[in-house]
Amino acid sequence: MRDLQLSLNQTQRVRLQVALQQLQDLASQAAASSSVTIADTIPVNNEDGILKGHGTSELDGQVVATLCGVVERVNKLVYVRALRARYKPEVGDIIVGRVIEIAFKRWRLEINFSQDAVLMLSSMNLPDGIQRRRTAVDELNMRSIFEENDVICAEVRGFQHDGSLHLQARSQKYGKLERGQLLTVPAYLVKRRKQHFHHLEQYGVDLILGCNGFVWVGEHLKTGEHDMLDDQERRPEISKSNKIDDEEQEWTFTPLEVRHHICRIANAVRLLSALGFILTVEAIIDTTEAGFSSNIEIKDMLGPEFYVQIVEREVQRRISLLRKKG
Amino acid sequence: MEYVNPLTGFRLDGRRPNEMRQIRGEIGVVAKADGSALFEMGNTKVIAAVYGPREVQNKGQQINNRALVRCEYSMANFSTGDRRRRPKGDRRSTEISLVIRQTMEACILTHLLPHSQIDIFVQVLQADGGTRSACINAATLALADAGIPMRDIVTSCSAGYLCSTPLLDLNYIEDSAGGPDVTVGMLAKMDKVTLLQMDAKLPMDIFENVMQLAIEGCKAVAHYIREVLLEHTKQLECHRGA
Repeated sequence: MRDLQLSLNQTQRVRLQVALQQLQDLASQAAASSSVTIADTIPVNNEDGILKGHGTSELDGQVVATLCGVVERVNKLVYVRALRARYKPEVGDIIVGRVIEIAFKRWRLEINFSQDAVLMLSSMNLPDGIQRRRTAVDELNMRSIFEENDVICAEVRGFQHDGSLHLQARSQKYGKLERGQLLTVPAYLVKRRKQHFHHLEQYGVDLILGCNGFVWVGEHLKTGEHDMLDDQERRPEISKSNKIDDEEQEWTFTPLEVRHHICRIANAVRLLSALGFILTVEAIIDTTEAGFSSNIEIKDMLGPEFYVQIVEREVQRRISLLRKKG
Repeated sequence: MEYVNPLTGFRLDGRRPNEMRQIRGEIGVVAKADGSALFEMGNTKVIAAVYGPREVQNKGQQINNRALVRCEYSMANFSTGDRRRRPKGDRRSTEISLVIRQTMEACILTHLLPHSQIDIFVQVLQADGGTRSACINAATLALADAGIPMRDIVTSCSAGYLCSTPLLDLNYIEDSAGGPDVTVGMLAKMDKVTLLQMDAKLPMDIFENVMQLAIEGCKAVAHYIREVLLEHTKQLECHRGA
């Protein structure tokens, strides 16, 4: 596997092989998904006209794949869904990105797309929460909102006519992410869903599954409270420096238990992405719980034993899913 | 020196004249790259990593309607029999970088990825003749792994002419014999040649035979590469599940 270097012992190797074989059998049972590689011909019925979508081109009157992936058909449309590729943005996607540059009235964000995304100063809510025109002063104070290397959560607003990608962060739930870990996984492992923000109450942890394959695991914040309080309360207190220190400390302090939870969930995400299993909240919680129930230490979650266990668990889960269906 | 045994017709390493060395391809060997692959042809071993499509680093080089493709070829210090330090950007490696870049650019659908840049890094881990071909094959695998749209799979294979016999896939000893070495790169399915190099003289009719042999080699490589890719795609899809 790509991200994990494991040294399996003999029994673990055998168990892993059996489990992987089972996974393959299950996949072939579930649906004869048609995988194609580059330059494979995609069989189509030419009589009732077709629409060629992404990942296809025409060669000698035949539809040919230009990517490795899975052929998808929607009515007349035929396209190839690429696995392992960079993120393809769609309007409304929730993404996590990292600020790499501050430019004229905008931040540039790295979001695993073929270009950097742009977050305009005018398309985000200011910390004071007031709707108004952005002044030159705001422009000068951009660094007080986001600095270089900050991790940000935002929404895809749309494409500009020159093909560049614009983001927006017009809600309290978007903005700077602090006190947690950023994990990068292949974008095809995150499915678009209704909910990408998850508050895992039992752990006191926030989980954001960015559509671009950036996953944020961090301490839970009560949305909106911090930013508002911060600005209103701090300003009059600037002279009382020791009080601020206390407050500052409280703000930067994360309880040990929560830190443990963050690491556990992060390791669960790492493990699932190394295995190439789809990342859903359910799968992540399930993996974390499996770690708790088998009393595995955080560091051993990336070890060979737990790795094999998770593959076996996934096989069981898929078998039970199939039974329910059939 | 006899490169082909006149009695048995076998070559120095025991191959027949039209026999290739064993090839092996492996996808996903570099964790942080967008796409990566290892390709072996006998004792020649090459690793390739693809980064991108990503934001253009040098804004002056940005092309507005298509992607910028860059390629860097290097040989590891330990790749040849004598260990020696290799300066970056010597004539040989610049030339091969250029060749690989042009070959790959011909098959990548660059117009689909405007304002972006694709970096291909290939490094020779073990050199035993035919590094050029192995690099192109490795780069193809890595590009396909990175999910970059391509017209067709480019494969490459070399052929030579020694002891009045056309030989497929020369190894180091045959390569350094000083005979002609024809490297062909082609789009396997479209049947188009994208690369043809030869640094010697050959009569026309013999050249045609040698080139035909190299083309056969390319097709065999293409067949194998497609198998590897299909296997890999199936595995990814099966792991991902519904």
